[in-house]
Amino acid sequence: MIKVASETTLAYISNNLVYASMLAYTVAMVAFAVSFAQGRGRSDSSMSVRDTEQAQSVVGSASVDVLERTDVESEPGSEPGRRAGNIGMSVMWLATLLLLGGVVARGLSSGRVPWGNMYEFSITSALGISLAFLVVSLKRDVRWLGMLVVIPVLLTLGTAVAVLYTDSAPLVPALKSWWLLIHVSAAIICAGAFTLGAAVTVLYLMVTRVDRRVAAGEGAGWFGAIAQRVPSADRLDQMAYRTNAFVFPLWTFAVVAGAIWAESAWGRYWGWDPKETWAFITWVVYAAYLHARATAGWKGHRAAAIGLVGYGCFLFNYFGVNLLFSGLHSYSGVK
Amino acid sequence: MSDPGIDEASAGLTTQPESDVTSPNPAGIGATGWLRWAWRTLTSMRAALILLFLLAVAAIPGSTFPQRGTNTVEVSQYIARNPTWGPILDRLGMFDVFAAPWFAAIYLLLMVSLAGCVIPRARLHWRAMRAQPPAAPSRLSRLPEHRTLELDGSPADVLTAAETVLRARRWRVRREVAPSGESTWVAAETGYLRETGNLLFHLALLALLVAVAAGGMFGAKGQVIVREGSAFSNTLTQYDSFSPGRLFKADRLVPFTVHLDQFRATYQEDGMQRGAPRDFAADVVYSTGPGTAERKATIGVNEPLAIDGTKVFLVGHGYAPTFVIKDATGKVLLDDSVVFLPQDGNFTSDGVIKIPDATPQIGFTGVFLPTAERDPVRGGFSSFPAPLRPEVFLSVWRGDLGLDKGTPQSVYRLDTSSMERLGLKDLKPGQIWTLPDGLGTLTFTGVSEYATFNVASDPGSGWALAAAVLAIVGLSLSLFVRRRRLWVRVPDTSPDPKVEVEFGALGRSEAPGLDEELDSVVAAVRRAVEGV
Ligand code: HEM
Repeated sequence: MIKVASETTLAYISNNLVYASMLAYTVAMVAFAVSFAQGRGRSDSSMSVRDTEQAQSVVGSASVDVLERTDVESEPGSEPGRRAGNIGMSVMWLATLLLLGGVVARGLSSGRVPWGNMYEFSITSALGISLAFLVVSLKRDVRWLGMLVVIPVLLTLGTAVAVLYTDSAPLVPALKSWWLLIHVSAAIICAGAFTLGAAVTVLYLMVTRVDRRVAAGEGAGWFGAIAQRVPSADRLDQMAYRTNAFVFPLWTFAVVAGAIWAESAWGRYWGWDPKETWAFITWVVYAAYLHARATAGWKGHRAAAIGLVGYGCFLFNYFGVNLLFSGLHSYSGVK
Repeated sequence: MSDPGIDEASAGLTTQPESDVTSPNPAGIGATGWLRWAWRTLTSMRAALILLFLLAVAAIPGSTFPQRGTNTVEVSQYIARNPTWGPILDRLGMFDVFAAPWFAAIYLLLMVSLAGCVIPRARLHWRAMRAQPPAAPSRLSRLPEHRTLELDGSPADVLTAAETVLRARRWRVRREVAPSGESTWVAAETGYLRETGNLLFHLALLALLVAVAAGGMFGAKGQVIVREGSAFSNTLTQYDSFSPGRLFKADRLVPFTVHLDQFRATYQEDGMQRGAPRDFAADVVYSTGPGTAERKATIGVNEPLAIDGTKVFLVGHGYAPTFVIKDATGKVLLDDSVVFLPQDGNFTSDGVIKIPDATPQIGFTGVFLPTAERDPVRGGFSSFPAPLRPEVFLSVWRGDLGLDKGTPQSVYRLDTSSMERLGLKDLKPGQIWTLPDGLGTLTFTGVSEYATFNVASDPGSGWALAAAVLAIVGLSLSLFVRRRRLWVRVPDTSPDPKVEVEFGALGRSEAPGLDEELDSVVAAVRRAVEGV
């Protein structure tokens, strides 16, 4: 009886920690937004933080004067919006620690890894996205990415709490396997990294748009404020590629691990169950993305679009397939 | 970067096909010309890209429409519900996407494209791997990464140091001796594994497809229901359903017998998920033929039993209520457990009993409830999957079971078209029903369980796994190894006694960290030359 009580308490603590983290993520989001807004007030003409050399190669020499590198980078303290950005980062750490607590408590309350149903998979993935971002932030300044990380994290947590919530409980038998640990943790890392890759890709598309408008002599438009606070289009493109290239082998591994697990659980390693079908579709689209990057005429924009389609397939495989289709993978626990 | 020196220096960094060069207009070059053009188009990167996209799109209906392979019943229901579109979709193969000719056409084209692309690339790569790194471009300062510095030492010292440093880092090194007999530059290249990995990955995909196809053709899978206390032998006749591959031969079935001693299931007893299954296990005894030792085993949900390459998986279970049926004279017509098929998560189960030996023939249709509950609206239903309050509702029918017509009949269905219903009764374990019209008695003696096993042999699965592992290894090499070249040159104009040394490096566009690497090579060479 005591054991049951403490498990219920832990589940309760977990829920409250998750709520608290959502609050903190919201604060972080506001801070990041303020940081952007302040950056915008400063100037509409300069692409200050961005690398002049590369920007030049994108828009041509005509606008070199417009794109001159300012001294902002050498005097980091003075950059407007920097304080808000720093606050955003600190709150982001706090929020992630709270979420970590929530995920651990959830795992303890059910006595197993915290990814046995959609709710748990979602909160753990949100943790994965945040951790991936914070780990990268230790090495380099990625505050400019904060906004685009915190939004999917909040959306994920929001859907988890509002739509997917299920009580803490032990696993259905089909999930009792070491492969749950391996397959699903790989999928969670993929979820985090795919999200980062997609976020950077979105930024890349925004920035190339601004660059094109500036080159055409139009105003930078409302993306301008954002574009001036992020790296150049080339760098974003590289970062998106590296992230997706890191995920692709891991995703391949996750799919293969899933097949091995399916073999031991259901007696066949591949059966075109909707989940398997969409995992395959996602895989093929990302393979197309990698090929597009190596094909002239497909580099850049079109490749980026394919990358986003791939991310869309990944998301659909998670939300769409779990909630719309019935299949062997219907263990979401959502009623 | 239109410097011819640099173009030469970067030549062969990849074996990527030059598909982006516009193909010559095939018109007017005859049949072979057309063929060559078609082949070149098919094996281009762009074709690979488009085929990959088509493959992704073609797979979508496989998830939105019910599929024959997994859900035959739903397919017929779908067609019945959509009398106009159903048959059209069916003809288009929408209910069997992954076996449809158009789906096969896409992936076979992709595989042909892949083979046609990879084999020449492999040949190129083979040559590249044995070739010397290309000569240093005339001006290293044109390279994206370059350094110039002055060192205390002779040109020969510098180049020897560079050679040693690069060799120690496992680069392939070429040192060019100028006609005058003096060394003038060192060229080095590394990261060949990138291309090797890429080719390995693509070849492994081909192997994977072959393994999956071969496994499907030579393998077989079947499903069988085994009641507690009974056994099944691995022969064709004992399966409830069996789907052999096209090249499967019945004599390939591994001989064995599995006897189900006991099936165990536990369920969540409280909370929101009350009734959710928590654990299943089947305790069995098996032997691999007469005269061989019997062995005990437990087959769990993620723990199949493997016997000589054939695997037995536990995929389902249900209840088999036990009955004794006697005729009016007291002769026993049936004394056995009868498999009832579950209809919902709480194991409300349907079943039939056929007694062909009675004259006239009789049959029963029934519903079994492991935990019976009553509701004014729904009537009887089961509220929990475990047999807490088992109850069975039976109807008795008299007439012709239709077994003699020669048409095969499901054992789970009673054809009541030429039968009449005589009565209905609900029974708890131990209760006896005296059948109407003096037909005899039926005793509901208790409940046993049965397990559903999938038995599968797939000789390709090991190969498929090996190919998948190779694919992942190749992919990782291909994405994480950086292919790059580095040159060290001492210009003729070098001032004595110091030498001016130029370093330059070139990588594929996706090779990050080249600048740091060049810095580290420069520092190592300086250390080696100047001894600091
Ligand atoms: C089943 C079909 C295919 C799949 C799933 C596939 C998958 C992949 C993947 C994941 C990569 C990424 C590795 C990297 O970027 O280095 C790649 C690269 C590559 N693939 Fe494929 N591929 C397929 C067919 C083909 C075909 C038909 C060709 C020939 C035109 C081809 C040529 C290449 C080349 C040249 C690269 C290297 C790209 C680069 O230089 O970055 N692939 N492929």
